[in-house]
Amino acid sequence: MTDTVAPKTTVSLTVDGRAVEAQSGELLITACERSGSFVPHFCYHPRMSPVGMCRQCIVEVEGPRGKALVVSCMTPVAEGQAVSTTSEPAKRAQEGVLELLLANHPLDCPVCDKGGECPLQDQAFSHGPGESRYVEEKRHYEKPIPISDLVFLDRERCILCDRCTRFAGEVAGDPLISFTSRGNNTQVMTFPDEPFSSYFSGNTVQICPVGALTSSAYRFKARPWDLDQVESTCTTCSVGCRTVIQSSRDELVRYQGVDIEAVNWGWLCDRGRFNFESVNSKNRVHTPLVRKDGALAEATWATALDAAGRILRTVLNDKGPDAVAIIGGARGSNEDAFAWSKLADALGITARDAQLGDGLPTEVFALPQATIAQTCASATIILLAPDIKEELPVLYLRLRDAAEKRTARIIEVSPRATGLSAYAWKSVRHDPGDQPRVMSELLATAEVAAQLSRGDVTVVMGRGNLAESAEFTLLATGAVLSAAPQTRVLPVVRRGNVRGAVTAGLAPRRADTDTNAILAAAAAGRVECLVLLGADPLSDVPDADLVRRAFASVKHVVAVDTFITDSSRHAEVVLPAAAYGEKVGTTTNCEGRVSDVAQKITTAGTARPDWMIAAELALELGIDLGVSSYDELHDSMVASVPAFAPIAQSNSVRHEGVVVEHPVSVRITASPRSAAPRLTHQFRLHVARVMYDRAVGTAESPSLAPLARESAVHLHSSDAVRLGVREGSDLRVAANGSAVVLPLVIDDAVARGVAFVPFHQHGSDVRQLIRHDVPVTDVVIEVV
Amino acid sequence: MSRLSDERVALAREIIGRFPRKKSALIPLLHLAQEQDGYVAQDAMVHIAELLDLAPAEVYGTASFYEMFKFHPVGKYCINICTNISCQLVGAWNLLHHAEERLGIKSGGTTDDGLFTIEDVECIAACTEAPALQVNYRYRYKVTPDSFDSLIEELESGELQGEIPPHGTLGAVRQITTAAWSNRGIEDQAKVDSR
Amino acid sequence: MSVPTGPRIITSRFDLADGHTYAGYLRTGGYASLRKAVGTMTPQQVHDEVKAAEIQGRGGAGFPAGTKWGFLPAGVFPRYLVINGDESEPGTYKDRMLMERDPHQLIEGIVIACYALNASQAFLYVRGEMAHAQERLAQALNDAYANNMVGKNICGSTFSVDITLTWGAGAYIVGEETALIESLEGERGMPRLKPPFFPAVKGLYMQPTIVNNVETLANVPYIVGKGGGDFKSIGAPTSTGMRMFAVSGHVNKPGVFEVPNGVTTFRMLFEAPEYCGGVRNGGTIKAFIPGGASAMWFFPEHLDMALDKPTVDKAGSMLGSGAIVAMDQTTDMVAACWRIVRFFARESCGKCTPCREGTTWLERVLKRMLDGHGRAEDIDLLFEVSESISPGIAWPPRQTTICPLGPSAVSPIASAVRRFRHEFEHYIEHGRPIDGVVSPFVTHAASHA
Ligand SMILES: Cc1cc2nc3c(=O)[nH]c(=O)nc-3n(C[C@H](O)[C@H](O)[C@H](O)COP(=O)(O)O)c2cc1C
Ligand code: SF4
Ligand code: FES
Repeated sequence: MTDTVAPKTTVSLTVDGRAVEAQSGELLITACERSGSFVPHFCYHPRMSPVGMCRQCIVEVEGPRGKALVVSCMTPVAEGQAVSTTSEPAKRAQEGVLELLLANHPLDCPVCDKGGECPLQDQAFSHGPGESRYVEEKRHYEKPIPISDLVFLDRERCILCDRCTRFAGEVAGDPLISFTSRGNNTQVMTFPDEPFSSYFSGNTVQICPVGALTSSAYRFKARPWDLDQVESTCTTCSVGCRTVIQSSRDELVRYQGVDIEAVNWGWLCDRGRFNFESVNSKNRVHTPLVRKDGALAEATWATALDAAGRILRTVLNDKGPDAVAIIGGARGSNEDAFAWSKLADALGITARDAQLGDGLPTEVFALPQATIAQTCASATIILLAPDIKEELPVLYLRLRDAAEKRTARIIEVSPRATGLSAYAWKSVRHDPGDQPRVMSELLATAEVAAQLSRGDVTVVMGRGNLAESAEFTLLATGAVLSAAPQTRVLPVVRRGNVRGAVTAGLAPRRADTDTNAILAAAAAGRVECLVLLGADPLSDVPDADLVRRAFASVKHVVAVDTFITDSSRHAEVVLPAAAYGEKVGTTTNCEGRVSDVAQKITTAGTARPDWMIAAELALELGIDLGVSSYDELHDSMVASVPAFAPIAQSNSVRHEGVVVEHPVSVRITASPRSAAPRLTHQFRLHVARVMYDRAVGTAESPSLAPLARESAVHLHSSDAVRLGVREGSDLRVAANGSAVVLPLVIDDAVARGVAFVPFHQHGSDVRQLIRHDVPVTDVVIEVV
Repeated sequence: MSRLSDERVALAREIIGRFPRKKSALIPLLHLAQEQDGYVAQDAMVHIAELLDLAPAEVYGTASFYEMFKFHPVGKYCINICTNISCQLVGAWNLLHHAEERLGIKSGGTTDDGLFTIEDVECIAACTEAPALQVNYRYRYKVTPDSFDSLIEELESGELQGEIPPHGTLGAVRQITTAAWSNRGIEDQAKVDSR
Repeated sequence: MSVPTGPRIITSRFDLADGHTYAGYLRTGGYASLRKAVGTMTPQQVHDEVKAAEIQGRGGAGFPAGTKWGFLPAGVFPRYLVINGDESEPGTYKDRMLMERDPHQLIEGIVIACYALNASQAFLYVRGEMAHAQERLAQALNDAYANNMVGKNICGSTFSVDITLTWGAGAYIVGEETALIESLEGERGMPRLKPPFFPAVKGLYMQPTIVNNVETLANVPYIVGKGGGDFKSIGAPTSTGMRMFAVSGHVNKPGVFEVPNGVTTFRMLFEAPEYCGGVRNGGTIKAFIPGGASAMWFFPEHLDMALDKPTVDKAGSMLGSGAIVAMDQTTDMVAACWRIVRFFARESCGKCTPCREGTTWLERVLKRMLDGHGRAEDIDLLFEVSESISPGIAWPPRQTTICPLGPSAVSPIASAVRRFRHEFEHYIEHGRPIDGVVSPFVTHAASHA
């Protein structure tokens, strides 16, 4: 997608004697680079507005008014320019700037994290004067200081390029670091007692051209020359950011964002960037485990597969295929899901679901779909979704950019102010369950109607509230679809590969076989064996009571997992799965973009990829899935799942990715209908995820684990006054016959009458109040 | 230490109203804070950030660029002695050294009683009256060691209280926004301008 | 010595006790030009008079104001006038006087300029340290608002304009027009790169903006009152009107004088009894700064040059902000050079590497020399570092920086080291100045001993 609609004109110029064509408006630095002349630079970054302050990129330009030295990062191309990047004056200027940059820069490359991959070091080496003539004392600052939980700043190494500060303000919208003081005393700093606690702080470490910013997760872990790397896709959430995963001595040590136009523009969120630590965790399941005398004990693969096979065979023989259900698969690759789906087909198992009762019905993939780029290019973006900043962080960066720098207008309908509210054209609060009515009323206003007629409309839809049925979001989306038929949707599903797993076959065949239905059947004794594919329903399914009852009744649990979780702890057999970075495959992001995930390190212990486990379990059961290698499996998937056909032989899968489309299209026809209003003394419950929770990838990453918070109930200040309670008071929150005690957080982002509880934090578990068959959750709040 | 008083918040809102964009009022508001406490307190910056919808780091980023803003208490009287070229040529360093000796502090320091801070500053636009200094931004021209000593005595005795307010107070007269203020520059300028 | 004379245009009320008050201003013919402009002239006619006056900007660059006003793109609104009252160039002292002693004249000039520019909002940015000027302007604005000279429907016309008085907080660089705009936006005062950020096109809030110096606008009431032709007939054809110069340093009677532009010579200013009345103690001029600390220095051979922009430009310096600093034969040139370099090092905004690092480096080397720790290679080093900031060390300077502040630090070095190299060498060798020269750091007690 291009950003501008104005027709571009081409200009011709020469760079170091070579003719170059460029788009008018393009900067000299990119034209030079394209022509093969590298211009040294530090402050310029293609994804941020140029500031021209390091002065390293000076070139000499001959135009109508003679020769001039200009910075190539801020000078646009012009017809007939003759650019020299290496003329005597240009070289002299570049060398002069370099000498001055080095004047105050410590020469501690051997102990610097950036040593070996530092543009300043490289420049100094290839162009520098060799020895510093600067005999004065260098600037001194306290050695690295933590500016957040994840990032350290060494001001002595800083060359004041404004990249981190520009990123924080311009890209992330978190201006928590700034230049302070002036001139030679200028430094980057946070406000006292106000850390740089941005969800995107790791990007500053990646774009820092020197070793001034380092991350706690990577500091002193490896030297660049020991690093091995491969390009991959992050599967932490369904944005699917393109990454480079780096290892040293067969251990993951760092992820870096890769700039692809379609998705992440080079950025990553901190959760995705730093959760590699969990792959290295000592707590990984390294060998198969089989329950013996009531406890899980290490076993050989042969024993474990035999045990799992026996369980399945018995249940299938005794009770038929409906007594076995498969939950999960969204944490694996498309191929993993496909292999398991083939196995399920062969065994006749229809109860399977990659979502954990916290997603959207799979019909949403059949609505007219928008890509991320199309969404951002839309005239109107309607958010009927969770807080994108919390759940799909890099999509937040894209949407913020669309609203701030482009022409998109955001209409947000949410029970609570979100990270995007500040950038929204309209941001409307509502009671959970009331969004169909609120949406319809908005659509009926002349102003919104006029806005919708201005061009493309995209609904970003997702499960914004786990204490509420998904139907209201669907109905509200339906209202938009009828008001503006050109509307497309971007379904922002939760886990990394939900969309791929669903497409590959791990989707309920009927609505009554989704995860909630499976668990209900288990609780009723109709499902006897649960197969968990990297899923932890005991932690993740919103209706805690249901899942507890299901696990109490179910006879057998077989888990394929990387960790012992609340759920896999109940298994009879645990089969250790290869983790991210330990296996190859493809993954599908929320827009349906398929790209590859790569293997960088050998698997922990004897863990195996999920697909291989499926194939071996199949053999155990006397079934031949017909695949003996990953490549065979991939080809078989592409050949047999029509949606995946476009990725056949596509090289793009290894970089930008290929968008696959869902063949059928459906319409949401039900007329907008909201939940019944709540009683005035009650609050309506809003439960949603925040960036850092007790999810295993966070909990097992030492850098991130401390960032999960204590569970709490958030109320608007006026409601707190009404209840006569203060910040921190313990409140009893009751609904559906259950109650939890949670401390109060006063939070004016929450609408009046709504109680917000962040999901899956430390402390009391709010899921006890949620019932999957109760459309909205009304709670009574009392002081303890 | 302290947030802005209610009275100053009212003034701050009036000042904000004179600019098309809120952030433009940042420097005037920092002056209000410094006027209140004699320096720009951390809480005052947080308060200003709230008033202007900014992050405190942005407030501090701007504030710390400017020489006049102090982030720690300074003397009740800041004596800024110009040592730039015109003053240097006619004895500014001599005056500065004398001042340092007289007050027993070095440039940049504050006397123990909290009364005086001295600073060696850049040109204060009084070059023809060199050597020149400012006390809380009020001028003294052609200063000699002797006239410096009498200045100190007058300040100590309180004689100059009317003329020289404590550090932080700039204009004793303020611009006021009245009904005569057209406000068109802010409201609908394009329409008015295309008259 | 007979000196050319001319009308006192902008300093006419300086000697009146009530010249700064609304009543005093009105009594002496004030606001008549504003009435004339909004009552009888079109904005274009006002603009034409300013063009005809050929008044050069008084802020430093000397760009003709009428031409600059013409750069505003047609039909783009809102547009702003920003008045630069940040006067901080060492040696400069005239805008403060104009603001303190005749604030209404400036306000009248601003309102007329806004009328000509079709701007309905002006920002008057006064240097932070000038408390008295701020008070006088605040009072004058309140009175002018109360008397319908600013605000809604000025003098009964359809024209309305607001003037917001605001001030800085101590940063020389904010005098540079794009830094001033940043500061007005509540930012750190760091200059923007021109192009693309020419204020007339992308200025305050990225809208078309004219930035003019205080003295420039103070002349506007006269120009509109008497006509641009009248103004142009004063002074030299290449440097029109009357102009204020502050003469400081080693002269008997330092002062600020309004003199006919382009015809008065440096010698007249230094020696004429009407002006400075000669070099102190009957001494001689060793060097002088013709236009502020940023300017290249002049020497005795330039004394008879007229203060005419093209003439001074051609001779390799500038009149800049009208700041003339005289240095007699006893001046320690190493110390003088160091002091000016220290100024730029302290005032660098820190945005550009060459300026941030280079000016500090230069200052440290010079300080070392003064402290007796100079090294033989230091003189070459001074030039090498200067070269990295201002390639060619020429005039007008070329620059590796965004704004001219960095290269300004090179002017004193180029001037002093080229002319007085022996003084630097002497410092390097002996750790003290040459005989006959007085170090500014020696205290009186010591020098009398
Ligand atoms: C470093 C630097 C400092 C400046 N300081 C001032 C100043 O204090 N006052 C001023 O009027 N112009 C100053 N200028 C010039 C302004 O950028 C601008 O040219 C001027 O205000 C335009 O007004 P004029 O055209 O009326 O002269 C400075 C320029 C530079 C590069
Ligand atoms: S030259 Fe100096 S003062 Fe000017 S923008 Fe660059 S760093 Fe700032
Ligand atoms: S890359 Fe152009 S100035 Fe820094």
